[in-house]
Amino acid sequence: MLLRIKNLRVAYGNVEALHGVDIEVREGEIVAILGANGAGKSTTLRAISGLHRPKSGEILFAGQPLHSLPSHEIVMRGVVQAPEGRRVFATLTVGENLEMGAFVCKDKKTVASRLKKVLDLFPRLGERREQLAGTLSGGEQQMLAIGRALMSGPRLLLLDEPSLGLAPIMIKPIFSTIKAINQAGVTVLLVEQSAFVALKVAHRAYVLDVGKVVMSGSGANLLKDPEVQKTYLGGGRK
Amino acid sequence: MIVAERLSWVLKLRRGHKLNMEVFFQQFSNGLAIGGIYALIALGYTMVYGVLRLINFAHGDLFTSGAFLGYTFLVSLALGQSAGTVGAILLVVLLVMGVAAFLGYVLERCAYRPLRRSNRLNAVVSAIGASIVIQNSIMLIYGPQVLVFPAGMKPNVIVEIFGLNFPLMRFFLFGASVMLMLGLYFFINRTRLGTAIRAVAIDQDASRLMGIDVSQIISLMFMIGAALGGAAGVMVGVYYGQITFTMGWIYGLKAFTAAIMGGIGNIPGAMLGGMLLGMVESMAAAYISAGWKDAITFLVLIVILICRPTGLLGERVAEKI
Repeated sequence: MLLRIKNLRVAYGNVEALHGVDIEVREGEIVAILGANGAGKSTTLRAISGLHRPKSGEILFAGQPLHSLPSHEIVMRGVVQAPEGRRVFATLTVGENLEMGAFVCKDKKTVASRLKKVLDLFPRLGERREQLAGTLSGGEQQMLAIGRALMSGPRLLLLDEPSLGLAPIMIKPIFSTIKAINQAGVTVLLVEQSAFVALKVAHRAYVLDVGKVVMSGSGANLLKDPEVQKTYLGGGRK
Repeated sequence: MIVAERLSWVLKLRRGHKLNMEVFFQQFSNGLAIGGIYALIALGYTMVYGVLRLINFAHGDLFTSGAFLGYTFLVSLALGQSAGTVGAILLVVLLVMGVAAFLGYVLERCAYRPLRRSNRLNAVVSAIGASIVIQNSIMLIYGPQVLVFPAGMKPNVIVEIFGLNFPLMRFFLFGASVMLMLGLYFFINRTRLGTAIRAVAIDQDASRLMGIDVSQIISLMFMIGAALGGAAGVMVGVYYGQITFTMGWIYGLKAFTAAIMGGIGNIPGAMLGGMLLGMVESMAAAYISAGWKDAITFLVLIVILICRPTGLLGERVAEKI
């Protein structure tokens, strides 16, 4: 088991957002976390990345606890997140953004070889390397956010709403890239509101509702589940 | 050279005019020296504001610490025969920058870091408290009186340009501040760590997610700011030859003004604002009234803020650095 989340509780002030969440991710999988707005999907990812301290519960990565580490050490262990809304550094160039993605790696040769891989994956970023990240289109920014995360050489890639705010035509290529990244050996845990696209690439998925896991199973099974279809796919397909 | 000779010849010919030109050039060179000093202090305000959105009210007192440390190093260290030379002053500036950086680090650790997650106002109160503590510590150590640099502790070399006499010190100070600013500019824009500083100024959480230790970057900003402020303190000491424990208040206020004039959070803005402020002040003292120079300086600030509320270069919200 690469990632094991046990009975995770996270609170904002007095308001508890996650009421004991259990999620497991095996090495090599793509796992999706689905759910409506406010279900606690992003909170789960933020807790894994150390941006929120859990109230209780455990987050184990390759058997080691992450929940007491600062964010930068979590990245060093091989868990990196491309956050919701992309959050690229708008006034840094594309090249500088990628350089920051590799901040934890001190070895220049490794950084150069990762950069080459990322630019092979996203040739558009190579063309725009000197451009400020803020001038990129939404789809290109999402590529940059994912590419930047890959620059740290992660074992586990966390993606928060990779389809958010993208033109429909961009969503498919982004998800086939996610699949390609996974096939290259990176385990992926992604959060999505558009359940349909997510379930198509995910091996397994969890459905969160108001801070609890209410359903889980393989991507194919959840796609067929009438409950999921009614609640999430009706709205998710548009 | 020919131009210089002809210019001085013209100046000699028109004696009345020469007086005017002399005043102008003297004030101009003075403005460069003072402006460089303001710019160095302003950088400390703007860099900390850029990452923390906090005005470090104790920054002026770090500057004062620099001035007193410079005095101690110059007067009591065995700089012996080399005392009073440009080399000795350069050495002292470097020493003081190191100690001031350490003070900046301690200040951030004790006064700001414990309050990082609390209300912004708490940090402001803590900043004012830190300012009082530093100021009073200096007074306890050095006493409340004005400290005068012994004669011979600063070079009094006069250089002649276009037939006018200028103290070499002005150009030395201007040159030193320009070198420090260029160094900072290079560091921020051309190095990996500098890029990380810009990243943290843009988005702290995204920087954390990239594996940047944001606390370390914040410490670094305080250290760089304090080092530059400390260097400015030594410069003021050797330029005017006297220092007091309260000097950080007015210099801090003016440098803060300079940072706002240039656009707070914006590094080139702080440099521009500082130079402009020094120049305005120097010219106002000569051509309007020495007594009114501070009033005129702040009048300029008010006019600039009315015309450009975000400062001359703008508070670049995305590129706060």
